[in-house]
Amino acid sequence: MNRKKLQKLTDTLTKNCKHFNKFEVNCLINLFYNLVGEVTEWQGITIGLDRNAFRNILHMTFGMTDDMIMDRVFRGFDKDNDGCVNVSEWIYGLSIFLRGTLEEKMKYCFEVFDLNGDGFISKEEMFHMLKNSLLKQPSEEDPDEGIKDLVEITLKKMDHDHDGKLSFTDYEQAVREETLLLEAFGPCLPDPKTHMEFEAQVFKDPNEFNDI
Amino acid sequence: MKEDTSVVNILDKITKEEDPASEIKMKLGKLLEQLDLHLLNHSLRHISLEIRLNPTIVKNDIELLKHFSGKGEQTVLESIDYTSDYEFSNGCRAPPWRQIHGEICYVLVKPHDVETLCITCSAEGVFLNGGKTNDEGEINYERKSEIYKDLVTFLKEKSAKFSENMSKQDVRFSEEWKKEKEEPKEAPKKEEAAAPRKALPASSKSMLEKNQINFGKSQMTKRLEPSLNWKATIDFKETMLNLGLAGNPDPGPAAVLGKEGKETGSSHPGRHKSLLRDIQEEKRGGRLERSGPPVSPGRAQLIHKSAEKIEEMISESSSESEEDEEPPDHRQEANADLPSEYWQIQKLVKYLKGGNQTATVIALCSMKDFNLAQETCQLAIRDVGGLEVLINLLDTDEVKCKIGSLKILKEISHNPQIRRNIVDLGGLPILVNILDSPHKSLKCLAAETIANVAKFRRARRAVRRHGGITKLVALLDCAQNSGEPAQSSLYDARDVEVARCGALALWSCSKSYANKEAIRRAGGILLLAGLLKTSHENMLIPVVGTLQECASEENYRAAIKAERIIENLVKNLNSENEQLQEHCAMAIYQCAEDKETRDLVRLHGGLKPLASLLNNTDNKERLAAVTGAIWKCSISKENVTKFREYKAIETLVGLLTDQPEEVLVNVVGALGECCQEYENRVLVRKCGGIQPLVNLLVGINQTLLVNVTKAVGACAVEPESMMIIDRLDGVRLLWSLLKNPHPDVKASAAWALCPCIQNAKDAGEMVRSFVGGLELVVNLLKSDNKEVLASVCAAITNIAKDQENLAVITDHGVVPLLSKLANTNNDKLRRHLAEAISRCCMWGRNRVTFGEYKAVAPLVRYLKSNDANVHRATAQALYQLSEDADNCITMHENGAVKLLLDMVGSPDQDLQEAAAGCISNIRRLALATEKARYT
Repeated sequence: MNRKKLQKLTDTLTKNCKHFNKFEVNCLINLFYNLVGEVTEWQGITIGLDRNAFRNILHMTFGMTDDMIMDRVFRGFDKDNDGCVNVSEWIYGLSIFLRGTLEEKMKYCFEVFDLNGDGFISKEEMFHMLKNSLLKQPSEEDPDEGIKDLVEITLKKMDHDHDGKLSFTDYEQAVREETLLLEAFGPCLPDPKTHMEFEAQVFKDPNEFNDI
Repeated sequence: MKEDTSVVNILDKITKEEDPASEIKMKLGKLLEQLDLHLLNHSLRHISLEIRLNPTIVKNDIELLKHFSGKGEQTVLESIDYTSDYEFSNGCRAPPWRQIHGEICYVLVKPHDVETLCITCSAEGVFLNGGKTNDEGEINYERKSEIYKDLVTFLKEKSAKFSENMSKQDVRFSEEWKKEKEEPKEAPKKEEAAAPRKALPASSKSMLEKNQINFGKSQMTKRLEPSLNWKATIDFKETMLNLGLAGNPDPGPAAVLGKEGKETGSSHPGRHKSLLRDIQEEKRGGRLERSGPPVSPGRAQLIHKSAEKIEEMISESSSESEEDEEPPDHRQEANADLPSEYWQIQKLVKYLKGGNQTATVIALCSMKDFNLAQETCQLAIRDVGGLEVLINLLDTDEVKCKIGSLKILKEISHNPQIRRNIVDLGGLPILVNILDSPHKSLKCLAAETIANVAKFRRARRAVRRHGGITKLVALLDCAQNSGEPAQSSLYDARDVEVARCGALALWSCSKSYANKEAIRRAGGILLLAGLLKTSHENMLIPVVGTLQECASEENYRAAIKAERIIENLVKNLNSENEQLQEHCAMAIYQCAEDKETRDLVRLHGGLKPLASLLNNTDNKERLAAVTGAIWKCSISKENVTKFREYKAIETLVGLLTDQPEEVLVNVVGALGECCQEYENRVLVRKCGGIQPLVNLLVGINQTLLVNVTKAVGACAVEPESMMIIDRLDGVRLLWSLLKNPHPDVKASAAWALCPCIQNAKDAGEMVRSFVGGLELVVNLLKSDNKEVLASVCAAITNIAKDQENLAVITDHGVVPLLSKLANTNNDKLRRHLAEAISRCCMWGRNRVTFGEYKAVAPLVRYLKSNDANVHRATAQALYQLSEDADNCITMHENGAVKLLLDMVGSPDQDLQEAAAGCISNIRRLALATEKARYT
């Protein structure tokens, strides 16, 4: 990609993104192309990170482990549902992922947790997401009982309108009362430590770089 | 059931009164009861293993066996008889010197199939002894067999026939047993009939509970001595019931005793723990000592051990000051009805243990929704092992879990027991480490939790040992740039929060001396001073609170002066927040011991707000702090003038009635200082302050008494006020305070008596009217407290102004006692002693007696003191003494003349005169001798 094009891309993306400055956008674009690899760009064919590559990044860089959540995060990034994250989706996604306000993060997380995208987190979805969250105790007759109970506890805590499922309003209200519930059904945001490491690595001061 | 109703009765009694004080008393009583219960259960666990035979059990065994003995094949034994018919008061038949070994009695048993056995029944068990020796029927006490747990087991082992017939009799036997043993109690059918003491733990349990107080007490006070008291009034059985060891749980005396114990407990529900204990110890101990049961050495040691343990626990808890009080651990009874929260919390803890981060966060959030201020929930979390998990979570990398865990710990650590548990589980080092975290919310929560946990000494020490103080002080640094109000909108509110939490934790920690020092070394004073300039009320409270705690240290007071902290304290006195005002006043109270600080308070206009805060008497804590500040400030005369201007004195007089002791102490202290001035004395009298002051002379609070006596003494300087005091019998009250056990009170009372005697009409008659009063005063000269001695000397000086009284105190031996004191270096005592001596010289041949008791030579040395008052008093005393020739010689030998010659040049006229008089007496004697020699 030539310099001019890159410049232009950076400018447009910077304009659309309020959480990163131009330098940071530039860094992230560079990172993106590094990650995508030396695939020559063909006219008309969008390139980007496919599901596997993206999951790999989530796993390696941000230490995520839950397959399902990673899939959902990929879907969260891949706005146009074309199966790969392109450069603008990358920048937009990361801006929320790393720097989003509470509102943005709530929206993002809710989308991640709403597995079927119907605007509600149902009991089944919760069960699905929480099913690996408890150590299986061999003594229990029903190994799922704990999970079911956990779902009930969560509903009791978050389902304010008592309709047996979480609407975004329910979720928002619960999170505003207790921020810890933002990632109630699984970690879908980077934890503070990897977050800092990532930013430190990606947004290295170019001057510092020149010194070497 | 009985226990329940008695508690209800107490409750009724207390609720009827509807008095918050008695409510506290009740709570205290309940706590004590719980402590007792706990101690009881604890010691019972040890003792129950050791319970052995006692005379009652043995006696019953033997009686029963007698029932089934006799001729014929069906009986179990041919005969069974005691060797001695005499039964001691404690139920033993063994002679006292054998009781020491725990032996109870000796029995001659003739089974069907073996020869007569001579058996020793001791507290340890039953064994065969050497049998009767031929001559005089003496018993060979030496043990010849193994020890068996009781008589029946022993006999079963020794005699096959007994064993056989026993099993036949078993049915009858056990029925008999039941009749005899159980009465209304539940029948332990499953228990072996022949082993009554096995049934003991179960059947006597309820009784034990009733007797719990007695039991604990007797454990501690019981002297393990044999009964040598042949006429002891209390029989052994009762003692055993007291101890809860009796085999026969006869409900009659047990219930009575139990009730007695209860009443003892309930009639003093509000008394201090130790006081209550003392009373009971005295009561029980006195009786038990006389009727202590014989116990074998081994067991004695064991019981002694457990008693020691109890004592240890008690001394541990009583060594803690009140704020440090660590209430007993009362775990929930296993069978008590558990609230539903208990099970829900148990479930959540299970998820905490077995869940990943997501499940943990959910469980934590859900747990937070319980009412964590409620003790049931707090203890439920602990009892199901939640604390361990919560503390473990703090040690992970999961920020969210840490936050969640801290949010819970912060709440439940309001409970004193939980605090202890957190410390026991090693929570503090982890909490201290979190203070280093980059996350502000984590820092805040950790600091807040530390603030809650560090409410007792051990925890505070742990915080310091793990470097927590330095880290907490570092938290204060966060909001430093917020110094200028212009910037206040710029800095992060979270920084302020961090600093606030840090201050909160330091406040808790600053209750330990070593922590105060650590805070200072970590540079805390400067930072606190900086924070004091901010305007965040909720920040100021912990900051001022910390300063107030630390101001007990000299270092801090100096720093507080130097860092211009007083100015800000005064500023915050004008705040709207009552708590803040209280702590500011408290800090001023602490600092105003120092004169410069008192002046600073005045210069910064702090006296006016203090005076105006006096008018609001609803908040007693604040009132106590404010009156305290006023008291200390009024040590400076200029401040007193200001207070008079602000009409504070009238208000103070109004506060002399219906106030809690803490307030009264300070109010009276302040009045005592104010009354050093004439105008104020008049003012106090005109406001009717003397009556309430005199009324306070009958209190028991030591500090209050010291202040009251001082204030009354100050008032007595005014003859008009003195008349009122006299009319109210105030002098008699003061006089009786000379008997107070506290030297401070004695001294203060004696000082107060001086102006009273000076200004009372017909003082001599008044003094004489106190029966035994003069003897009391003279005997106080035997005290070893310098202040008491000085004050009593001053009182004697005044008393001796009346010739008749002087004669009386001379008869009581005042002269030798005063002479004995002469060798002192204390200038205050010297001065008053010299005055007293000079007064006492006025009677009979006291002058000579002083010489005989060698009081003169030390007095001469007083002239080398640096205190002009001492010089004057001494010169006057020497002048009086020099009327006697021998004294003159002593003085001359000790070089008094040269010293006195210097004194003649003093500007003090009295001193001049006395010194000159003394010299002239000495000179005259010398002349007379010369004359005598040459004529």
